Amino acid sequence: MIEVKNLCKSYGDKLAVDNISFEAHNGEILGFLGPNGAGKSTTMNILTGYLSSTSGEAYINGKEILEEPLLAKKEIGYLPEFPPLYLDMTVKEYLYFMYELKGVKIPRNTHLQEICELVKIEEVYNRLIKNLSKGYKQRVGLAQALVGNPNVLILDEPTVGLDPKQIIEIRTLIKKLGKNHTVILSSHILSEVQAVCDRIVIINGGKIIADDTADNLSNTLTADHKLVARIDGPREEVTKVISTIPGVVSVLADMQREKGVWEYNIEAVEGTDIRRELNRRLAQRSWYIMGLRPSELTLEDIFLRLTMGESVDEFINQKAESIEKQGEAKKA
Amino acid sequence: MKAIFKRELSSYFNSPIGYIFLTAFYAASGVLFGITAVSTSSTDGLLYLTSDMSTMFTLLFYVLMVLIPILTMRTMSEEMKNKTDQCLLTAPIGLGSLIVGKFLAAFVVYMMGVAATFVYAIVLNFFVEVQWLEVMGTILGLLLIGAAFIAICMFVSSLTENQVVAAVGGFAAILVMYLISSIASLININWISNILYELSVLSRYAYFTYGIFDFSNVLFFISMVVVFLFLTVRVVERRRWS
Repeated sequence: MIEVKNLCKSYGDKLAVDNISFEAHNGEILGFLGPNGAGKSTTMNILTGYLSSTSGEAYINGKEILEEPLLAKKEIGYLPEFPPLYLDMTVKEYLYFMYELKGVKIPRNTHLQEICELVKIEEVYNRLIKNLSKGYKQRVGLAQALVGNPNVLILDEPTVGLDPKQIIEIRTLIKKLGKNHTVILSSHILSEVQAVCDRIVIINGGKIIADDTADNLSNTLTADHKLVARIDGPREEVTKVISTIPGVVSVLADMQREKGVWEYNIEAVEGTDIRRELNRRLAQRSWYIMGLRPSELTLEDIFLRLTMGESVDEFINQKAESIEKQGEAKKA
Repeated sequence: MKAIFKRELSSYFNSPIGYIFLTAFYAASGVLFGITAVSTSSTDGLLYLTSDMSTMFTLLFYVLMVLIPILTMRTMSEEMKNKTDQCLLTAPIGLGSLIVGKFLAAFVVYMMGVAATFVYAIVLNFFVEVQWLEVMGTILGLLLIGAAFIAICMFVSSLTENQVVAAVGGFAAILVMYLISSIASLININWISNILYELSVLSRYAYFTYGIFDFSNVLFFISMVVVFLFLTVRVVERRRWS
């Protein structure tokens, strides 16, 4: 259980964390989503007691991190952005050290063995940390966070530097841990947070701009009425034809992907499905659909959407047009 | 604290630093012992062994000036550079015990070096009668001044992420300590020069080498250790708030 109330942190004049409040309950995985420099790491560093907040409170299982630091820190396992590894030690020595440092009471060998099995580092157990690959280092960092079975896990970008197979393994592991821990993980990858987290807090410029369950967020942010289509045909005419389809709000030719094939961003009124009609009309003129997919919201889109509200589409269209104009000007 | 102490101590010997420090210390003190314990008589030109080790202990001060900054340069700097301070500062231990653990580890390595001077005294004992009380007092003095230097250099190391800067800075700090009595003699204002004389580590250490055991000197070095360890804690603490 983590409770954060009106947390602020300023570095000189710069406000890195601006009045953040949120809660994470036991058995919940909270995703911290934001671009680089949004204040994710700073918030996590405050929660773990590495940095001090300028104002506000952070409770770890009811213990304030600045008032009862030792008790609060006992409840936390922390994987920072750069795993804090002593390169001159072997994995075994390092985990023994963390075990002693945290003053863990669980029987040592079985406990560490369990952790190593969990994060799959048994095969490098006796190797020097400096000789390990990035993926293994990341996992040793995770193992270190798990030493002592802390109730709260704070993971700063836990899948950075891992290959796709390892990413899936770590995600599965985090999901498993989330059942009986409070987990906060940060990421700037939307799909990752969606895949793992129950709740998502989106943070930008030190402020929380959204705090909701993953489902709710994706419902409000889905774009199934928006399509991206690649169509083989003359650009101007295709644009005209599509815009006459009932329900279509806007059509924008984006760029030429293949010779004669343009990509179009099509937006329809919410709740209408124009795909069949689109197919029919294009087929009548023997233009071909080379690809059709719902437009995916990227993290940037979400930020723009959440920070700019409804005016975001206009903004994106303007940008696209100005880029197009620039391109044409260059050609000329 | 125990965990930190153990890790620090093993890291001195996992890296070359512990070996370099001990080798250099043994070599330097051995040479000094060889030169000072044997004296040439001016009348008959023969070699005599002296039971007086104080010259060696006095000269060891200059060895410490160079070697202690090397011993302690990485204590705090390396943690910051490798970001391993994140796991130390987020672990459920107090900052004080963290710093003290690190200090003790460096001090133990230093003690391993100083132990050699005790061996020299035993060797000397085979040939001439050694003033044991005097030697023990001087070794205590050497340990105390070393502890004070370790604390000072740890403090300097906590100020920078760069090990070389930490070493040079530590050397400069000790150099100032060394020159303090010379500076004092240049100042005409009495009360200032008096204060500076009182702060002179060299003259206080000299008392030990003369065989004078003054408890105020012991207290002086111990308070220096406490003050600089406290300052180190404050520096690390301050970084969290900036």
